[in-house]
Order: sequence, then C-alpha cells, then structure tokens
Amino acid sequence: MFGYYFRLSLRSFRRNIILTGLMVLAIGVGIGASMTTLTIYRAMAADPIPGKSARLFTPQIDNYGPVNLGSDTKAFQTADRLPVSLTYIDAVAFMRAHAAPRQAAMYATNVAVTPADTKQLPFRAPARATYADFFAMFDVPFEYGAPWSAQDDAARAPLVVITRQLNDRLFGGANSVGRTVTMNGDPYRVVGVMDSWNPEPRFYDLNNAFDAGGADEVYLPFTLAIARQIQSNGLSCLKSVGSGWQALLASECIWTSVWVELPTAASVRAYRSFLTNYGNAQRDSGRFHWPTHVALRNVRQWLAYRQVVSQDVSTLVLVSFAFLAVCLLNALGLMLAKFMARLGQVSVRRALGANQRAILAQCVVESGTLGLTGAAVGLGFTLLGLGLARGLFGDSSAVLTSLNGGDVAIAIAVSVCTTMLAGLYPSWRASRVQPAWQLKTQ
Amino acid sequence: MLTMKNLSKVYRTDVLETHALREFTVEVREGEFVAVTGPSGSGKTTFLTIAGLLEEFTSGEYWLDGVDTRGLNDRQRSRLRNEKIGFVFQSFNLIPDLNVYDNIDVPLRYRGLRGAERRRLIQEVLQRVGLSSRVRHYPSEMSGGQQQRAAIARALVGRPRLLLADEPTGNLDTQMARGVMELLEELHRGGATIVMVTHDPELAARAQRQVHIMDGRIVELEAEPVLVGQGSVEGLRRAFGRSA
Repeated sequence: MFGYYFRLSLRSFRRNIILTGLMVLAIGVGIGASMTTLTIYRAMAADPIPGKSARLFTPQIDNYGPVNLGSDTKAFQTADRLPVSLTYIDAVAFMRAHAAPRQAAMYATNVAVTPADTKQLPFRAPARATYADFFAMFDVPFEYGAPWSAQDDAARAPLVVITRQLNDRLFGGANSVGRTVTMNGDPYRVVGVMDSWNPEPRFYDLNNAFDAGGADEVYLPFTLAIARQIQSNGLSCLKSVGSGWQALLASECIWTSVWVELPTAASVRAYRSFLTNYGNAQRDSGRFHWPTHVALRNVRQWLAYRQVVSQDVSTLVLVSFAFLAVCLLNALGLMLAKFMARLGQVSVRRALGANQRAILAQCVVESGTLGLTGAAVGLGFTLLGLGLARGLFGDSSAVLTSLNGGDVAIAIAVSVCTTMLAGLYPSWRASRVQPAWQLKTQ
Repeated sequence: MLTMKNLSKVYRTDVLETHALREFTVEVREGEFVAVTGPSGSGKTTFLTIAGLLEEFTSGEYWLDGVDTRGLNDRQRSRLRNEKIGFVFQSFNLIPDLNVYDNIDVPLRYRGLRGAERRRLIQEVLQRVGLSSRVRHYPSEMSGGQQQRAAIARALVGRPRLLLADEPTGNLDTQMARGVMELLEELHRGGATIVMVTHDPELAARAQRQVHIMDGRIVELEAEPVLVGQGSVEGLRRAFGRSA
C-alpha cells in the first residue's frame, strides 16, 4: 500500500499546488537553516580518528605556575590554565621514560625545499619533526615505502617521509623511496610517501585544525631536527630566553607536544600516575614551586577542552533548530487545514473499506513525501547557506562548509522524520473523522 | 442478509438527547430490493449508515450476513464493510483526484487484491455499467448520470452481498435517473440485495418492498410491490403520509 499512498500524495500535491508549495517552502527554509549550522558543527565536532580517539592521549603539565599574565591571559587558552604545549625538557623526559607502548613528541616547523629539477624554484613546505611511532599511532597510510624506525630516531638519521602532493611536485608521482630531497641545504633520503591522509579536525595541530593549506608536507625525525637546530613555528615564553639553541632547549618556553597510545584503562592509570610522579619530582628538584598540576586527555576530551567547537556554534545550532520547529509548526497548521478540507474524501474511503489505520498511514505517507520534497528544497538552501559561510570565512573553511553524503542523508532524514512527526496530529484528526456525519452533510 | 432487532440510536449532547431510531426492527432477505422511505429527519440515513457499519448503534442487535456486528472493532467493521457492502451516494462521492478506473479501484486496494485481479474485476464492472470508454475520465469530465454509473461500478466491483443506495437519483434529471434506476433493477434481477433510501414515491414503488420510517420507527411495511402505473396514486400518497 505504500506505493499507492505515495502516488496519492503526489496527486494531492498537484491538486493543491499553492498550499503544497507553501508547506514545502516552510520546511525547506527550516531545513536549510538547521542543516547549514549542523554541517559546520558536525565538521568541527567530528571524530578525526574513529576507533582510536579513545586510545590516543596527550599529556599536559603546569610549568608556568600561578603567574600573573596581566592582559595576556589568552596565552593559556584554557579554563584550567594549563599550558597547551610542552617544553622541550618535558617532551624529551616523557620520551625517555617510555611510559607508553607508543609515543611521539612533535613540533611544527617549515623547511626550504630545493627541487632536484633546477627549473623549479626552491619553496617552503610545512613540516613536522616527530618520532617513528607517529605513523603507526595515527594510522597514517603509505603509498610507497614505510616510516623510519626507532633506531633511525636514535641515530638521528637524515630520513624523510613526504606527502603524496609533495611527491607529485618533486618526483612527478613516481615511487621516490630511496631518492634524495634537499631541505634547508641538507640532503634527506625519502623512506616513505604517504597516501591521502587528512584527519579533520587536525587534533595534534589545532593551530591548523581545519586549514587544508596548512597540512604538513614533510615529516622528519625529531631528534635530527633538534640536532640540526630546525626552529619551531610556534614558541610561547613567559620569560626572556638566553641566546642560542641550547638556551631555548633548556628554557621553560613551550613549543612541543607529545601524543601517546594507551590501549587499556590500566595503561591510562599507569601513565597518569607517571605524570603525577614526574610533576612531583620536578617540584622536589626545585624546578616547580607550586603544587603538581598535570592532565592527560584523549582526542575527544582534547578537542572539547580546546573548544574546537565554540559555544557560539553550539548556540547557533540550537537557535536554527528552534527556527526549524517554528517552520514545522507552520507546516503543521497548513497540513491540518489541508487534511480537514479533505474529510469528505476520507469518509468516502472509510465507507469503501478503509480502516482508521489505513487513513492514518495514507496521511503520514503524504507528510513524509512532503518532508522529502522539503528536504530537496532544504538542501538547496543549505548549499546557499554554506556558500555564504564560505564567503564570510574564506577558503580555509572549505572543510567546514562542504556538504558530504552523510550530511545529505541527515538532511533528508531530519526533514522526513520531523515533517512526519508534525503531520501526526493532522493525520490522526483525519483518521478519526466520523464518516457517517461527513456523508450525511454532503 | 440484514437483520435489525429492537435497534435504537440516540445522539446525545450535554443538553439534548435525540432518538434517531427507536426499537427499530427490520429484516432484508437475500436478493430483495427494498425501498426505505420517510420524511426528512425520520431516520432513513441513520438507518443506512448503521446498516453500512459507518455508525454504531446505542442498543439492540444488528446481524449482517450472519455476523453479529455488536462489539466489532474498527478494523473488523471496515473489513466487513469492504467485503459485504457497496455504497451508492446521492452526490456520487467520487474522489475528484482520481479517474474512473482509480475510483473503482479504491475498495479493491483496501481488500489487498493483487494488480491483475483488480484489473480483471474493474474491466468486468466497467462493461456491466457501460463505462468502458470512460476509464481515464475524471469525475469533472463526466455527466451526472455517468458519474453515478461510475459510483455504482465502484460499489459493485468488490462483489458485495448488499448494496446500500442513499437517494441514488436525487441529483439527476429525469432521464438520467431513469437510466440509473434501470441499472439498479438489472442488478436486482441479477440477484443483488439492494436497500435504497428515497424520497421519490415513484422510485420506491419500483422496489420489491417498501419500508416507511417515521420518527425513527417503522410505521408501515408493504409486502407486495407496487408498480408505477399499476397501483393507485392515492394509495401511494397514503403510504408516504401526504395529503391528496
């Protein structure tokens, strides 16, 4: 009977084209507004590494203490005033302790790449200095080759992993494993070429959380980068630092981070304990003059803590869904009017053998069909809304403002379900009509 | 086929109680053509809607084709209505969005018949009422007589045991009314059980039996059919309670 009811719905739409148009417009505008904000919200709140986000953790430690930052309170960026990065001292100490099965310290940098083809000009590429575990821990796929090894980390081997895009640029997409890339004037041997990989949001580098243009193109051993004095992109210091590379490494400036993989609850507890003990040891040694303050957060907790989804966006989603409710309320009123105007037909159908449930089903299918049409119009409005958002925020927001298959499915589901829900009362009213009364008064 | 015993129907509001049918007892046998007459407000249509299971009664008994209809739920009543009863209304009540074919298809849809079976039944009934050439026409594209023929086809397509007609010629001119009446008579000759509500004494006289309702009660039953042209006009006037 579903197909029959669906065809009846289409006939009903054709018969009341203006009323139907008004209902579809009301639903479409509501869906458009809510889906625009929801799409942005979903992109922001997406799990960047599904299946592993609960096992990947980043540690924090309070090396600043209860200092008065004056107007520079944004330096912390967090509610609990814990620094969001680590000092080199702490990162190296965590790596040496090897308290997790997999661990990688890292920092963002830039390298000057000199192509072998002399016709190409040198260019700067975003790079990441890290450890071999980075690739296994974050499930990085490889097109050619493999990551360097832990022995290479220890040996400070001049090796490099490059992205597919850089490989296309430097080697025309060929298998470049074993070939040499000149960076900052030094030769590096390519050991691996990454396949497409772009977790969104980029949880380990929230300064470029959604910016596709800011993605790292080169990965090199952390130990080698330190040895070659390759500077970090970001540096946050409370006090002035003495001159020279060694002074920076020994300073309390924060510019590195560490990610660890902790597969079990017991390993998480053990790592927390290690962090606390480490903090206590630092206080006992006289480095910290305040109570130990450490934290360990997994990917989801880290994204929430860093407020990747801002409160404004969350509020906007709520407001837009309230707007959708208003639109649906309008559609409900129009549906009620439409169904009530058709009570004569309903009575005839009842006289011909339709039971109340059949009438209810017919009206609900009609509501659902209306929702489906509303979804199509709503998707148009959503694309318009996302286009406006891209115009406002620029191309760097492309990840946030693009509509994928999941978003389209959500839009259709939300539209159909909410319209059917709104149509339940009018449908119920129609199904409860007393056919005898209607037929007597005709 | 249809038996009502001491049936009553009371409409109640906060301040008013209206007895539409009182101690109503009637029996319609299989194959009968019964005309139900009576003045406006006498309870004719209430009788018809109760007979058609569109309305529940307050007390008494109603047996339809051997089934006690008391206590049936909506689904059971709808199924019984769909399988055993065909309705013909004064204002045709064709669904304007649907063409003739689809209008006739409606009761078969609710019976859950397969497409081929529905097509066969619809073709048969269209031939029977002489509307085979109007299959794709919409109600608004047909005359009143054709619309009523389509409505009768819709009532008959499911091969009901009982045809209930409420003023089937009330909205038709004389010529069209004659055509529709002849069709009903032909159906009766073919074995159909018909109960027809009418104001028209001439049409009532063409039925096999007449039941006259006054103030919700049956006041007179004529056992013998009175054929127009053969019975006395004065007798008909008496039967319908009108002065000469």
